[in-house]
Amino acid sequence: MKTYLPGFSWKRRGVGAIVLGVLLLWCLGPLWWQFVTSVKTNAEITGLPVTYWPRQWTIEHYVELFARRPFARFLWNSFFISACATALCLAVSAPAAYAFARLKPRGGPVVVALLVGVAFFPTIAFFFPLYEVVRSVGLTNHPLSLIIPYAAFNLPIGILFLAAFFRTIPREIDEAGVIDGLSHVGILWRLILPLSGPGLATTGILVFIASWNEFLLALTFLPRMEAQTVTVAIASLSGGSLFELPWGLIGAAIIISVAPLLVLVAFLQRRIVDGLTAGTTAN
Amino acid sequence: MNRNLAWTAWALLAPALILVLGVAVYPVVRTLVLSFFTQNLSTNLEPVFSGLYNYQRLLADGHFWETVIRTLIFTGFAVGSELVLGLAAALAVHHSPFGRGLARTAALVPWVLPTAALGLGWIWIFNDQFGVVNDLLIHAGMLSKPIAWLGRPDTAFTALVLADVWKTTPFITLLLLAGLQTIPVQLYEAASIDGASRWQRFVQITLPMLQPTIFVAVLFRALQSFGIFDLVYVMTGGGPGGATETVAIYTYRNFMRYLDFGYGAALLVAGAGVLSVLTGGIWLVLGRSNGGDR
Repeated sequence: MKTYLPGFSWKRRGVGAIVLGVLLLWCLGPLWWQFVTSVKTNAEITGLPVTYWPRQWTIEHYVELFARRPFARFLWNSFFISACATALCLAVSAPAAYAFARLKPRGGPVVVALLVGVAFFPTIAFFFPLYEVVRSVGLTNHPLSLIIPYAAFNLPIGILFLAAFFRTIPREIDEAGVIDGLSHVGILWRLILPLSGPGLATTGILVFIASWNEFLLALTFLPRMEAQTVTVAIASLSGGSLFELPWGLIGAAIIISVAPLLVLVAFLQRRIVDGLTAGTTAN
Repeated sequence: MNRNLAWTAWALLAPALILVLGVAVYPVVRTLVLSFFTQNLSTNLEPVFSGLYNYQRLLADGHFWETVIRTLIFTGFAVGSELVLGLAAALAVHHSPFGRGLARTAALVPWVLPTAALGLGWIWIFNDQFGVVNDLLIHAGMLSKPIAWLGRPDTAFTALVLADVWKTTPFITLLLLAGLQTIPVQLYEAASIDGASRWQRFVQITLPMLQPTIFVAVLFRALQSFGIFDLVYVMTGGGPGGATETVAIYTYRNFMRYLDFGYGAALLVAGAGVLSVLTGGIWLVLGRSNGGDR
């Protein structure tokens, strides 16, 4: 299908450059400001006039983050929980997605409606009963108390995206598997999954990012400091006071906590965009 | 054989179903049941059946309805601005002769970053003495002296909307950009031949073709926005003086601070009720397709 291709003219280029400039400023400005703050000295941060480029660069805030506070630990907690949630989510999503894509069970649409419902509801709708369960089975401060809910909340993304990807794999491959005497599990495991690297990667990234960023459950289920994830740890740097906050330290913490996600975006932007938009434009 | 196939399908679906039932369906049912019990400090945190008492309390709880109205206003402002700005940005990038890839990458940044962490960053950006917003506005001559953005009800609310719009506009832009790319250029060519103006082409081709994308984006964003928690919790904590307290913040406070579990559950049910009405409204306005295949 032929779609829109803009022509080249100087006017268009000028407008394009302005659009791009505004967009970059909008998207990166607030983050850039955190970075600038994080490499200024405390004197410069709380000095006037406000400087937009550090007069004196320092890494003292980053040093403090790791040397005097357990930020490496928080990062590890976030990474471990998000990675496990992603793995669990993909492991559970893949067979379900295969069932939707290939076996089309009666009652399938009901399950899809249920999944979409879960995806659209905010976390607060589910949190309290989960909190009761977490407490009664003694999982407070345990990574599993987040891994399981995160995997579950991201099942809609996992199943719907993977099913869409599986549908792009030619049926002939399944038929070849049937001729070779493979069961459905065998077809999924030996034929479909090895061909699904890109689909698994896209879906996995989205689940990982959602888990890394989750706040409400992480705040409630992991009260002990050593168990905290990095987002909750940053939020508690403020110590509940609006005055005299360690802004350089906070800036550094924000930069550190977003760095892994920025790396993911830089390397995989194409996949993430495709994954994000597939859900809304495909149907 | 066919029976066998159905069994296989459900066996493959089983782990996912168990997870969803346990983590999403059970909590909804449990919340519903809990809303008919009083379980708080006055009952020593033991559940005591109290029928519709929590709902009577809720109907008379002016504070709750204030948070509902406030959250709806927040949602309206935030999602409305996001849609308008997002559409403008999507059209601009779509018609730009270069930089689409860069624009897409940049647009992902606000969306993938943790809201809670950035929330603290926003406090700094809106800081009264050393904040960059005050500094820029004063230099631009739009402000004569610095204001304590998060210390005043109206400006704190505005700051929250801004932070939310910052984060989610790029997301809408990405969705609409993908939608724009699926519109066949022949439609525009045919319209040009028929002498349609630029505005007519936008209203009669672009908007109707984008309608399904706009509907999904607005619905998704409105539901998320109505349930907003992390940004408010970190940026203002609902303050100053409860001026930015949203439904989710008030509900969380009832559970975790006042330990009023039964009432908190009733608040959740009422919140879900408001959410259903909101969903219905959005569907009525945006959901019905005009001649598409939905």
